[in-house]
Amino acid sequence: MDVRVLAFARLRELFGFGERNITCAAGATLEDLWSELAAQSGEAQALRASTRFARNGALAPGTTELCDGDEVALLPPVGGG
Amino acid sequence: MIALCAEPLALEPLIAAVRDDGHGAIVTFLGVTRVTSNGDPRPVAALEYEAYAALALREMEAIAAEAHARFGPLRIAIAHRTGRVDLGEPSVAIAVGTPHRPQAFAACAFAIDALKARVEIWKNECYADGATAWRPNAEAAP
Repeated sequence: MDVRVLAFARLRELFGFGERNITCAAGATLEDLWSELAAQSGEAQALRASTRFARNGALAPGTTELCDGDEVALLPPVGGG
Repeated sequence: MIALCAEPLALEPLIAAVRDDGHGAIVTFLGVTRVTSNGDPRPVAALEYEAYAALALREMEAIAAEAHARFGPLRIAIAHRTGRVDLGEPSVAIAVGTPHRPQAFAACAFAIDALKARVEIWKNECYADGATAWRPNAEAAP
């Protein structure tokens, strides 16, 4: 299955994309997707604790199972204002 | 009026959006780029903002609704920049109109505090020496 992944701020720089289609195994969770993306980056792995996930526009825990066509966003701690 | 804006911010459109003949007070807030960053000695030349627009706009709408529930009746406008905001330029503008001034001051303070803690916007500090660093807010949810 394919999901659309959005990465912001430092995560966008570390992963090298702001928006990308990624193919996942059936039954994969948000946490599985994160682990695959962060596998090559120690800095990204260190940012896991401060990173929140959104699925289809709503915050979602790492245990959430993904569905084909989902939009996933990887959200660092906010810095507006 | 709730907006993300790639162009320079001005207060006048926000003031116009909250004006009401029944209101005796309009309080406004501008957040502007400061030369010093907390805990960093390097002078700041600009801030670059990016947003997850769908979530950020929804969260700003939720903050406006909460302000209304806590301090209303009121009218509130919130606009935040995206892109590069040079030293001294505004990154966020808020206007609140209420019948009497205490509620306008309180709602405006609530709105900027909630925005800094909750809205899906990120800032990259650009220093005078050319270096950059993504800087989360101290108020950001863990």
